[in-house]
Amino acid sequence: MTYIPISPKERDAMLSTIGVKSLDDLFDAIPAKHRFPKLDLPKALTEMEAYQELSDIAQANENVRGDLISFLGAGMYNHYIPSVIDHMLRRGEFYTAYTPYQPEISQGTLQAIFEYQSLMTALTGMDVSNASHYDGATATAEAVNLAYAQFRGKRKKVVVSPTLHPQYRAVIRTYTQGMELEVAGDDGNADLDTSPNELMNFVDDNTSLVVVQYPDFFGRIYDYTKLIEAVHAKGALVCVVANPTALAMYKTPGDMSADIVVGDGQPLGIPMWYGGPSFGFFTTRKNFVHKMAGRLVGETVDNRGQRSYVLTLTAREQHIKRERATSNICTNQGLLALASAIYLSVLGKTGLQQVANLCYQKAHYAAQELSKIEGMGLCFTEPFFHEFALCVNRPVEEVNAHLLEHGILGGYDLGQDYPALKNHMLIAVTEMNSKEDIDALVEVLSEVSHD
Amino acid sequence: MIEAPEKVNAVNAKIVEPTIFDLSSPGRTGVTMPASDVPETALPPQDLLRSELPLPELAEVDVVRHYMHLSKFNYSVDSGFYPLGSCTMKYNPKINEDTARLPGFLFTHPLQPIETVQGNLALMYRLQEWLKEIAGFAGVTLQPAAGAHGEFTGVLMMRAYHKSRGDDKRTKMLIPDAAHGTNPASVGMLGMSVVTIPSDERGNVDLKALEAACDDTVVGMMLTNPNTLGMFDEHIEKVIELVHNCGGLMYGDGANLNALLGIVRPGDLGFDVMHFNLHKTFAVPHGGGGPGVGPVGVGPKLVDFLPEPLVGILEEGDDDMPPLFGYVKPSKTIGRMKAFNGHFGGGFVRSFTYIAMHGPDGLKDIAQYAVLNANYLQARLRSTYTIPYDRICMHEFVAEGRFEGSDVRALDIAKRLMDYNFHPPTNYFPLIVHEALMIEPTETENKDTLDAFADALIKIAEEAKTQPELLHNAPHDTPFGRMDEVKAARELVLCCWLPENYDENA
Repeated sequence: MTYIPISPKERDAMLSTIGVKSLDDLFDAIPAKHRFPKLDLPKALTEMEAYQELSDIAQANENVRGDLISFLGAGMYNHYIPSVIDHMLRRGEFYTAYTPYQPEISQGTLQAIFEYQSLMTALTGMDVSNASHYDGATATAEAVNLAYAQFRGKRKKVVVSPTLHPQYRAVIRTYTQGMELEVAGDDGNADLDTSPNELMNFVDDNTSLVVVQYPDFFGRIYDYTKLIEAVHAKGALVCVVANPTALAMYKTPGDMSADIVVGDGQPLGIPMWYGGPSFGFFTTRKNFVHKMAGRLVGETVDNRGQRSYVLTLTAREQHIKRERATSNICTNQGLLALASAIYLSVLGKTGLQQVANLCYQKAHYAAQELSKIEGMGLCFTEPFFHEFALCVNRPVEEVNAHLLEHGILGGYDLGQDYPALKNHMLIAVTEMNSKEDIDALVEVLSEVSHD
Repeated sequence: MIEAPEKVNAVNAKIVEPTIFDLSSPGRTGVTMPASDVPETALPPQDLLRSELPLPELAEVDVVRHYMHLSKFNYSVDSGFYPLGSCTMKYNPKINEDTARLPGFLFTHPLQPIETVQGNLALMYRLQEWLKEIAGFAGVTLQPAAGAHGEFTGVLMMRAYHKSRGDDKRTKMLIPDAAHGTNPASVGMLGMSVVTIPSDERGNVDLKALEAACDDTVVGMMLTNPNTLGMFDEHIEKVIELVHNCGGLMYGDGANLNALLGIVRPGDLGFDVMHFNLHKTFAVPHGGGGPGVGPVGVGPKLVDFLPEPLVGILEEGDDDMPPLFGYVKPSKTIGRMKAFNGHFGGGFVRSFTYIAMHGPDGLKDIAQYAVLNANYLQARLRSTYTIPYDRICMHEFVAEGRFEGSDVRALDIAKRLMDYNFHPPTNYFPLIVHEALMIEPTETENKDTLDAFADALIKIAEEAKTQPELLHNAPHDTPFGRMDEVKAARELVLCCWLPENYDENA
């Protein structure tokens, strides 16, 4: 009876109002032979015992705030999260509310989403944002859906950069398996050291969308303006998958004329939490708003003349359109979108620029120092933000095992996804890495190199 | 049709709480970062940089006050009764908030070597096993991010199953008329067609219509059971038999699993695949609309098609050593549904804590009392409101929000309930009931609350006869009144910016 606030006496009074004798009598519609199975589950714990059990489980992990120094990124980043965020998220008014279907008593959630949408358009340089998707990968797959719908299913090809995050590429493939869509360009064996403009080799009149990442999976910064111009000349759209921290510093995809800008919002004040939940942001041009999936909040007035907010354009969504909806999505990542809105508000223009600058400075310091190690060096020469590929002189797995012995979580092994990139380690550096951390990494890698 | 934002913002609406952009003042700072401790590197060339960053500038206290003001405009489970049918707005235990935030969970990276995250993997493995046991399945994926995402996962597996058998002609999905909109939308995403199956007069699947629709082009059937009328299908075994006999697979929409915990296992009934809504059944808070968590359980036919990766035991343990947990790939997997591992922290840890604190008997209590509360409310309202499918319900029931000779509608009743400080039930769903009011009290409400709610609805029925205008204009006692939704859709003001001439205030 852990959280059930009904006494035996009250229960009996209620049963009598209903006109049955026992709780079990309420279940006559269930086939008798399957009714009331004995579940083989551990006996219930009290709160005190449960807390201890969960603490023990959590402590069986090595975390990156005390146990390990981390240089692992590859789509999830260890950033500082200001205290104020969780204090606000723990307001029961926010986290125990549901989707704001009744706007009169949900203005807190609605205005917060409206502000979130505004902050995301400011960051990406786009016109409109929805209320968020599950994560960066599914937001990217929804961009494919948008483009497919925009051309009414007549353009049956999507060109995906091989330097889009491998898991994002996998999700696109999963999502499109029923769509008779050709996914091109997505080849881990492609030449990975060429200009993104080479993707044009795949783009034709049958192409609806080109997807690129910014910075790309290897951390490289490209100005996609020319590529986007060329894709537009073929009548297709471009989706840029962006890192939101990088957008505080670098030219926006909006400025490059991108049609859709998506990405994972985890760097904006959300813990890594072993992979989730975070949220996917989705921003686009105003002319695509009717094709965009997901919830959308718009401004209006109430019958008392007060500025207020409602879910709008709901006719696009599954509960109205059913099988004709662009997507079946019916949630947003509400609480995490709220976290990012608070993050962007409390850091503001100054704080976010500081975060981006620290990432840039520390990553470049690390790159310079690591390049000095004999037998190691940067794999690419393009500009980068806070992540770069380091070429090491033995299998990354071996190097990482050695680093781990010294309490360092090494970079991502690119050879896992790109057979040609054996010995390529993707190293991420954020504001959380001190000079001392970086020097320790350099020192241990020097030892490895000379072993 | 989209006007420039500054024009629309010029409308003389009264501002109750300014936006975070309205509150900004040039030069104000909130949380700042330490100075760099490394030698400086020159910035990249100017043409790679952005020209401006138009984010708000506020102090921390400004931000806190703003979000505190906003929070007060929200109704929530913590503040009152939230009988939103099909959404299972139960109490969210506070301990779950603490366990989900243990540093070992918060600060682990999804790509860490498995040796360093055995706690996370053990938790995921055990949760997979528990969900299998609770619902009677052979395999579970935790990856899907929400119920709709789980549905999409399930339908992808059904499709892959038929294809793997060379059975390419199956394109029809059978979906009852009472179904959630996500069911047909998931099917639509895969280019299959939907065949709608009507309900009979007792709220069951119409067996004759089902039999007529079953043929060798059927992918399967998607059934919510108990359905959105709150009715457990009285012929469930026959329904499943008909679908299986034509070679189809049976999909269970687990949205209403709260009514079945310890009562019956969908897998035992013959369901081949079902998504769980951990944010409904297992008390993950709804967060103002998400994140959800939508694991999927499957029977033996579909285990090989589960998304990758699953958590498995790589090396068995013994008396001295725990097993080594890691990732495994099902042999015919449909692929990956999202990046990384699913909603681990916010979802798996909370639900794990919740199940651990209930055990087998506690889970059965949940279902029994959820069903008790719904039937009690139904009994109290039966003489005042029409209940079109009137029999013992499960965790929810549907009443009609209309009265003979009155122009009051379900919407008016819903809005008037706010004046009595209750969240309205779901309205206008399911579509097969006129002016539907779908009421799901959950097990975490006491008899006093249920009585107060029933009294309010009975009083509102009286008001509908004597002062209908009171209902048409409701709510009256909330901070905001009814919204102009047409204006919102017509003008499409979807974001705000810093005020014009913002920098001149510096």
